[in-house]
Amino acid sequence: MINRNNSIRFTDEQAMILESAREFCRDKSPVPVVRALLKTETAYSEEVWQQMVDLGWSGITVPEKFGGSAMGFGSIVPLAESMGRALLVTPFFSTTLAAQAILRAGSAQQQEAWLPKLVSGTVATLAWLDGEDWGADNLECKVTTDGDQYRLDGVKWHVADAGVASLFVVITEADGAPALALVTRDSLAESAITPHTLIDETRRAAKVDFTGVTIEASDLIRGEQVDSALHEIRLLGALLVAAEATGSAAACLDITVEYLKTRKQFGKLIGSYQGLKHPTVDILIAMDSARSHIYHAASVVDDGPMSNDAEIACRMAKALATDALTYAGDRAIQFHGGLGFTYECDAQLYMRRAQWAQQQFGDSYHHRKRLASLLLD
Amino acid sequence: MTTASQQELDDFRAQVSAWMKDNKPADPGFLLPQTFMEVGSERVLEFLREWQHKIWSAGYLGMAWPKEYGGGGMEPIFQNIVDKEMKRHAVPICFNVIGLSWTGPLINDIGTEEAKKKYLKGILSAEDVWCQGFSEPDHGSDLGSVQCRAERDGDDYVINGTKIWTTMGNYAKYMILLARTGPAEPRKYDGLSFFLAPMHIDGVDPRPIQKMTGEYGFCETFFTDARIPASTLMGKEGNGWKVAMQTLQYERGAEAGAAGGLMAVRTVVSDLIEELRHVKRDGEPVLHDPVVRDRLVQFLMEEKSLSLGERRQAHAALNSDYPWSLALSGKLRASEFAREMRKFAVSVQGAHGSLYVGDEDALAGGFWQRAYFNNFSTTIGGGTSQVQANIVGERVLGLPKD
Ligand SMILES: Cc1cc2nc3c(=O)[nH]c(=O)nc-3n(C[C@H](O)[C@H](O)[C@H](O)COP(=O)(O)OP(=O)(O)OC[C@H]3O[C@@H](n4cnc5c(N)ncnc54)[C@H](O)[C@@H]3O)c2cc1C
Repeated sequence: MINRNNSIRFTDEQAMILESAREFCRDKSPVPVVRALLKTETAYSEEVWQQMVDLGWSGITVPEKFGGSAMGFGSIVPLAESMGRALLVTPFFSTTLAAQAILRAGSAQQQEAWLPKLVSGTVATLAWLDGEDWGADNLECKVTTDGDQYRLDGVKWHVADAGVASLFVVITEADGAPALALVTRDSLAESAITPHTLIDETRRAAKVDFTGVTIEASDLIRGEQVDSALHEIRLLGALLVAAEATGSAAACLDITVEYLKTRKQFGKLIGSYQGLKHPTVDILIAMDSARSHIYHAASVVDDGPMSNDAEIACRMAKALATDALTYAGDRAIQFHGGLGFTYECDAQLYMRRAQWAQQQFGDSYHHRKRLASLLLD
Repeated sequence: MTTASQQELDDFRAQVSAWMKDNKPADPGFLLPQTFMEVGSERVLEFLREWQHKIWSAGYLGMAWPKEYGGGGMEPIFQNIVDKEMKRHAVPICFNVIGLSWTGPLINDIGTEEAKKKYLKGILSAEDVWCQGFSEPDHGSDLGSVQCRAERDGDDYVINGTKIWTTMGNYAKYMILLARTGPAEPRKYDGLSFFLAPMHIDGVDPRPIQKMTGEYGFCETFFTDARIPASTLMGKEGNGWKVAMQTLQYERGAEAGAAGGLMAVRTVVSDLIEELRHVKRDGEPVLHDPVVRDRLVQFLMEEKSLSLGERRQAHAALNSDYPWSLALSGKLRASEFAREMRKFAVSVQGAHGSLYVGDEDALAGGFWQRAYFNNFSTTIGGGTSQVQANIVGERVLGLPKD
């Protein structure tokens, strides 16, 4: 059924978060810093991550009893948009989503054991995909009983920040039903982690082999709530990436506009040519659409179960934002001419980010396909 | 923002909804226009005039305009509610758009007390139809170069020249007229003046032009020594360009102040989807086709983007990097979206897509075919999409002029 929820709520408090987040990200992550981090092993600055933790960002969606500020998931959108704008990468997304998994599916003990740690900067991540992409429902990674304990078997791909995570929330299957296994870094062998070579050099992810890892019963999360939690986290992950991509698209637009205003050919600034001007307007329009959708999604997601409107909003936001960035990155390269094709030109950073973002939590076609069922049937 | 409580607003909505249900006119048995640009016969004109008059008499039009000039003196939110209900109930349009949405707001903003008294009420009641005399045969996009002359002669201006694409020119009592009172040097924009010109006078001859759809709605308007009172000048002589630009801001929906009312027949993706529920293609229900599904979802997303954009505009913090973006791109986005969507609506029908209005087997009476064709009035009229893209590129992004 067609949904007519078009609300955008944006409080003064959120406006303040947005303003300070933009400023923080701009200060901490100018392009030379981004480029310097590309060459490091972890690709982020521990110092900046700690500052984000000190600002309370790691706890912004976590209840106060675990040390968070419980501002609601929507308040992450301005943060993520600001990070994307500055290409600022930290384990923020991984840790936030892992915390959401524990919050939405874990027991009181599991929450008490982990959430305060994650709020104070311990890195956690989700280990989700096994070989296939977001469209696959079957999980190869399984849990079986092993005496009093449980044993995991399977390899996970695209595990973000695996190299620095202390906790892996492994999406797995126990007795034919989805379950979450809380696996600590020290239960993994060094050789279990094989870094991927990612298209977006600002990020890190790895293949992680959980075969033979044993966990206690207290580290396994089972039950009906797991199903819905997984559904919700995928959508929240999609929204995070959408918000980040929107910020990156805005930054990509800025560098393109800047070049069009300074480069001359045939005695004229190239931005005066409509062959460039009009597609640049199209980037603006695509970015504007994406921005409207991410803030709409921020207005309708909440800490409880995901409403139909919220699901639609997250999927639309993801589909539009990563398409906007893909278009922006593609045109940014072309409109910089030969320079655009160089490693030195910043256009490549956005192009690579676009290709990465498109594939996180489902690409635009994946979401449109599900939207078709939600909206047309 | 409003001082009305949610309860008051809900009650008001219910009251409006009931009124629309009771008063929605029956199908007159002839083709009604999809926008104000297809008012092509007297009977259509009279039908729409009566309908608009009824809405205004009920207090549902110009609700936020001052009371002393025929408005309701209320907060704009009430008119917004009415407009939504009109759309929901799929009632006929309020056709006097050039008055309601462009001229009225202009007069409200910069008009003299006398002009307000003279014109505003007639705009709302539909007694006085308005038209717009900007474009000329040789000067359309390049509006600043218009040549139609207005020569001062005593208490009058004498008009000579030709305007074209004058929507409802043959029915209008007044025209907002952009004419040249001074030299085009050194700047072509100088020497232009803006008039609230009477049409029912000697020397004004609007001749209807047939559109590609076969319908009528606009005219070529010839002025031969037409004398209009100098008091019809809006603003100062030579300041016409500025006034015309303000008018275009209203026309393109970039500036608030319109009287409200339903401006165009509802043409939304959900209605297309309903129409398609029983349509088959390639021997299968068309809504099972993955490519069709994907396109429809894209249109739904884009349509939602437009509504969400209106909401986002209210939050300055979410528009800080390009503050004018949503306002100035709105016309371009909405008209191009509609064009693509309607084009698709025709092509998706398969063999039946080739049937037009008048064929008893056409899907929805050929509504989408006609809607697609007529949509060019929005991608060309009011400044073409290409010109809009220039405006957004230059004024929003700061790109150099071409
Ligand atoms: C249904 C309808 C109703 C109308 N009603 C009215 C009315 O009531 N009153 C009135 O005054 N006018 C009216 N118009 C006129 C309308 O505003 C003009 O048609 C429009 O501004 C374009 O001018 P033109 O027709 O002279 O086309 P042109 O300006 O000759 O344009 C021809 C083509 O060139 C392109 N072009 C022109 N300049 C540029 C540029 N700088 N960069 C890139 N491309 C360019 C245009 O996009 C277009 O594709 C109406 C038009 C239509 C279709």
